[in-house]
Amino acid sequence: MSATNTETGFPQAGAVVQRGPLELTLRRLARDRASLAALGFIILLVMFALCAPLIEGATGHSAIEQYRTTGLSEMGLPVVPNSEFVLGTDHLGRDVLVRLAYGARISLLVGVLASLAAALIGLTVGMIAGYVGGATDTVLSRVMDLVMSVPFLLCALALVSVFGPSLGLSVGVIVFFSWTTMGRVIRAEVNSLRKREFVEASRSLGAGPVSIMLRDILPNLSVPIIIYTTMMIPSAIVFEATLSFLGLGIVPPTPSWGGMLADAAANSVYLVAWWLVIFPGTALLLTTLSFNILGDGLRDALDPKARPIRLVKKVRKADKA
Amino acid sequence: MINFILKRLGFAALILVVLSAFVFFLFFVAPGDPARMIAGDKATETQLVQIRTNLGLDRPIHEQYVSFVGKALQGDLGFSYRNQQPVTKLIINRIPATISLVIGGVIFWLVIGIPVGIMSARHPGSIRDRVGQGFILLGLSFPTFVLGMLSLYVLYFLPKQAGFTLFPAGGYKSFTKDPLIWAWYLFLPWTTLALVTAAIYARLTRGHLLQVMGEDYIRTARAKGLSERKVLFKHGLRSTLTPLVTQLGADIALLLGGAIVIEQVYGLQGVGALAVQAVKNQDRPIIIGVVLLGGFFIVITNIIVDLLYAVLDPRVS
Amino acid sequence: MAILDARNVSIRIPTEDGIVHAARDVSFKVEAGELFGIAGESGSGKSVLTQAIMGLLPNADIFGEVLFQGRNLLKLTEKEKRAIRGAQIGMIFQDPLSSLHPYYTIGSQITEMIHTHENVSRADARKRAIDILGRVGIPAPEERFDSYPHQFSGGMRQRVMIAMALVLNPPLIIADEPTTALDVTVQKQIIGLINDMRRERGTTVIMITHDLGLLSSIADDVMVMYAGNRMELGPSRTLFREPAHPYTAGLLNSSPANYTPGSDLVPIKGRPPSLLQPPSGCVFAPRCSNFMDICASRRPPLRIFDDGTQALCWLEGGPATPATVKSQVAAAPETNAGGERERVIVARDVRLSYNTGGLFRSGKKLDVLQGIDLDLFKGETLGLVGESGCGKSTLARVLAGLVPATEGSVTLVGRSIASLNAAEWREMRKRVQLVFQDPFGSLNPRRRVSSIIGDPFRIHNICSGKECKQAVQRLMETVGLNPEHYNRFPAEFSGGQRQRIGIARALALNPDLIIFDEPVSALDVSIQAQVLNLMRSLQKELNLTYLFISHDLSVVRHVCDRIAVMNKGRIVELANAEEVYRSPRDPYTRTLIDASMHPRASGDTAERRLIKTIPGEAA
Repeated sequence: MSATNTETGFPQAGAVVQRGPLELTLRRLARDRASLAALGFIILLVMFALCAPLIEGATGHSAIEQYRTTGLSEMGLPVVPNSEFVLGTDHLGRDVLVRLAYGARISLLVGVLASLAAALIGLTVGMIAGYVGGATDTVLSRVMDLVMSVPFLLCALALVSVFGPSLGLSVGVIVFFSWTTMGRVIRAEVNSLRKREFVEASRSLGAGPVSIMLRDILPNLSVPIIIYTTMMIPSAIVFEATLSFLGLGIVPPTPSWGGMLADAAANSVYLVAWWLVIFPGTALLLTTLSFNILGDGLRDALDPKARPIRLVKKVRKADKA
Repeated sequence: MINFILKRLGFAALILVVLSAFVFFLFFVAPGDPARMIAGDKATETQLVQIRTNLGLDRPIHEQYVSFVGKALQGDLGFSYRNQQPVTKLIINRIPATISLVIGGVIFWLVIGIPVGIMSARHPGSIRDRVGQGFILLGLSFPTFVLGMLSLYVLYFLPKQAGFTLFPAGGYKSFTKDPLIWAWYLFLPWTTLALVTAAIYARLTRGHLLQVMGEDYIRTARAKGLSERKVLFKHGLRSTLTPLVTQLGADIALLLGGAIVIEQVYGLQGVGALAVQAVKNQDRPIIIGVVLLGGFFIVITNIIVDLLYAVLDPRVS
Repeated sequence: MAILDARNVSIRIPTEDGIVHAARDVSFKVEAGELFGIAGESGSGKSVLTQAIMGLLPNADIFGEVLFQGRNLLKLTEKEKRAIRGAQIGMIFQDPLSSLHPYYTIGSQITEMIHTHENVSRADARKRAIDILGRVGIPAPEERFDSYPHQFSGGMRQRVMIAMALVLNPPLIIADEPTTALDVTVQKQIIGLINDMRRERGTTVIMITHDLGLLSSIADDVMVMYAGNRMELGPSRTLFREPAHPYTAGLLNSSPANYTPGSDLVPIKGRPPSLLQPPSGCVFAPRCSNFMDICASRRPPLRIFDDGTQALCWLEGGPATPATVKSQVAAAPETNAGGERERVIVARDVRLSYNTGGLFRSGKKLDVLQGIDLDLFKGETLGLVGESGCGKSTLARVLAGLVPATEGSVTLVGRSIASLNAAEWREMRKRVQLVFQDPFGSLNPRRRVSSIIGDPFRIHNICSGKECKQAVQRLMETVGLNPEHYNRFPAEFSGGQRQRIGIARALALNPDLIIFDEPVSALDVSIQAQVLNLMRSLQKELNLTYLFISHDLSVVRHVCDRIAVMNKGRIVELANAEEVYRSPRDPYTRTLIDASMHPRASGDTAERRLIKTIPGEAA
């Protein structure tokens, strides 16, 4: 007695084409031009970062070498963008373009690595807290509250002052202070999922807790995991840039966008050399913007409930009266 | 209610203990000899021993921590390694700049963020909503220091090159001397701080308002014949107050402990700038002091937010 | 004169998936002082219709005209509409918890209504609010004035909603499923209150509900809607006695309340059409038992009969199968064959209590179950009836061994649950299966049907791969699903089909006992009947034992051999189904039965004559 109407001999009225969830998501995403543009930019950026050695080869400039004769004016000031230095040089006569390319590597590496690590930790802790509940949940939730209410930049300062700046420490600090967002979201999700009837159904069938967590709950978390990991990348990138800007992140002379901006800010060199702030600043802004737009787009595409129904242009009211 | 307050106070104390222990032990295990930092490179071994005994550095770590906490409770955070000044005094000197920055920033970002959120949520999908969402995305993506540097370039440097002074390059002028000058100096820091933070508030307002406006009780309000304005402001916004208050508390607390980036960009002599300087100088007592101050503000605002929550939401008891 | 006169109202709602045709050419007249019922299953457009008329659906496009006291509501400006809302037309909504603002006191929410439409002093408004609160049966209204909605029970909240709707004494009140979220006994009180109030004040009431039985006892006129179309409209006495439309007849036939116990229900086959692309002919044609070729291709004409009944149908004389047909009474299995029958469950003095206090406080002890004795015999269906919070679902979980009892003993298929070790407990899971209420909630939305139904096989390592797939497909066939759909996700099935999936999963391991926890409560009547029939035929075929939990006495009576009535953690009555129904001994049982019965308005139906036909295309 399924809904087919073979007996009555005509096709089922209003048979709406059923589409898989993945297809629906991709279709929604494809309609979202902003997200596509963001995705395009991210792909370009990844290629730019990957091609850093090629750019180095093409310009003949190393990222850390100081071209004091060609790269600095007679007064010792940076050179404006020209045919040799396409994006100009910095206060030490280094090529901004090459440094930008190598800086992109750092930003992406830190952003993606830190986000993945934070997502993994957040997921694990959130799932345990949400599923086990009780005292375990209380303790883990308190820990998350604690980490969230710690003045993170100050603590990062304290850590760096003790251990000295390094790439590893930067990633560690970022991970430590950003996993809680994911942890809280997952905890809340799992907590409500665990009370759903399909979990009880599995339990009544004799499924163990690990099986329930992996087979019943985890697939239902894919949406928040994807969205929040994407959203964490731009914050991690900004976090890293901020640390480097304060001189606490990547150790010079290794190029990083935050470090380049810090160099520009030092002694206000950028006031006479706008390219020192425009190029790395724009690169940083566009990167975070792209990831944020993509994250928003993914949320709309994966979880259409969160979005209000777009007002389709009102059909003109045919006045019958 | 009393139970609730006691619980929150307990958590507050926990934050402070964890924070102070964290920084204290961090510095204890850290490489580097504090005595040498104080005395300088030329100090003799006897001088170093003398300093260690004076500061109690030769005692076991837990004893040092207990005595540190005991003194801290009386407002004594020790002395700077660099210039031997009391840390408490150094921090207090910096607080006016930070507070000034935060007060103005909060007002600016609330005034910008909430209306943008409302505008956006009122007609979802409209042009105005798109503008609002664009503002939100841009604000969330703009690194504070990049926006700060750009504002300085456009609003300070370019006019200066053209021969007039629109805004000063930075620094802090006391409010008591001349409030106008005070505001003029702080205007760029305020707007910079407000623009990047307002986006968070706009998004929060928009998201919650959209959700609330779909609730059944909003339909009831409309069915009563209330004007859309009243439905939005009396019934819709009322429910978004609680998440806004929570966010505001967290943001204020974080900034009072040092608006590090903004202070750095605009050369404001606030608590954050003090901390950055201390890190560069390896001046550990100051770092400990600033971290504790940050923790203190967080604890205070947490408690205020909780109390407000109980006032705002009748279901909390 | 008609107080509300809707003419050819069509509603279209643009959504992301396309345009939803929520209502199509709906006309009706509500006379002053009457109770006008609008009935229909979910998705029939009954709520959308009234909300759109009130201007509460800003996204919808509405065509036609709606005259309220002579003024066209659809032509009014926003300001004029606001003046009418509340003051002239009051509204009562389904869920009284979510319909009241949680942050404002109920008093202020009522006075807000007064201040919006009238210029009165605060003290006056307060006096009027307190007065009306007292009238709707809120005890100590003076003190409750400053209480918040969460401090009231569901029934009391609905009284507050009614007070709010009545406070300005509007001539018309629209009640949208006012009792659906409430327990039966409370339902009865609320319906009584609405009825009293309208008689006392001469208020006209439009009552929207999915519960036809409810309307049969109180409505003067009834409109039956289906997929946005007005199928039938007429005086309630003739409509229930002699439905003019096959759909109305089908609805009445599907309802277990209208049936002889033990017989099969006659469900409406299939499921409602999508409102995105309504069929070109009659919307009901694919499911209609009186289907003719013309129904599929052309819109049906409107038939008007001399007794005021109107039907949108190609039939000229009403449905061929009379509504009152009773199928043969099946030879009900002899239930009380004595104590020799095998017992599946033996529960003795089962108690369960929770500590409500926190970690540090020693809170109150909450006794959920207070000494339950129960036997369940092999092959029978035992109904467990009670209102929400009576402990029936908890008891089911205790009996299934999912929640340990605080005291007492439960023996399941000869084994004491308390004595099982982990491996034995797992083994026991094969013997007892559960089917849940919410067919949306009980199936994992992210897993395919094949893995959902095959879960029992996987968990107990019974089979794998191809063998498993075949087993799953066999199960799907057994419960009436198309086996080719094994690769789909739950979202691609309708509510009734999802419940079939749940049943298939329960059948997988040939259990001794299946516990149904409100299996049809979330389903529409016509679908409900399909599922209930399936349950019965499976039981006969496979000799299954059922424990059937429900709040709906008529459903329980239809499927159960014996009924246990629960109240506040106790079984207050346990006897054969008919016995409980005919001669209830416990006062609580009597209240329950009383509340679930809807006596029909009596009167003779004269021979009906068709007096006019308006072709469908013209309308």
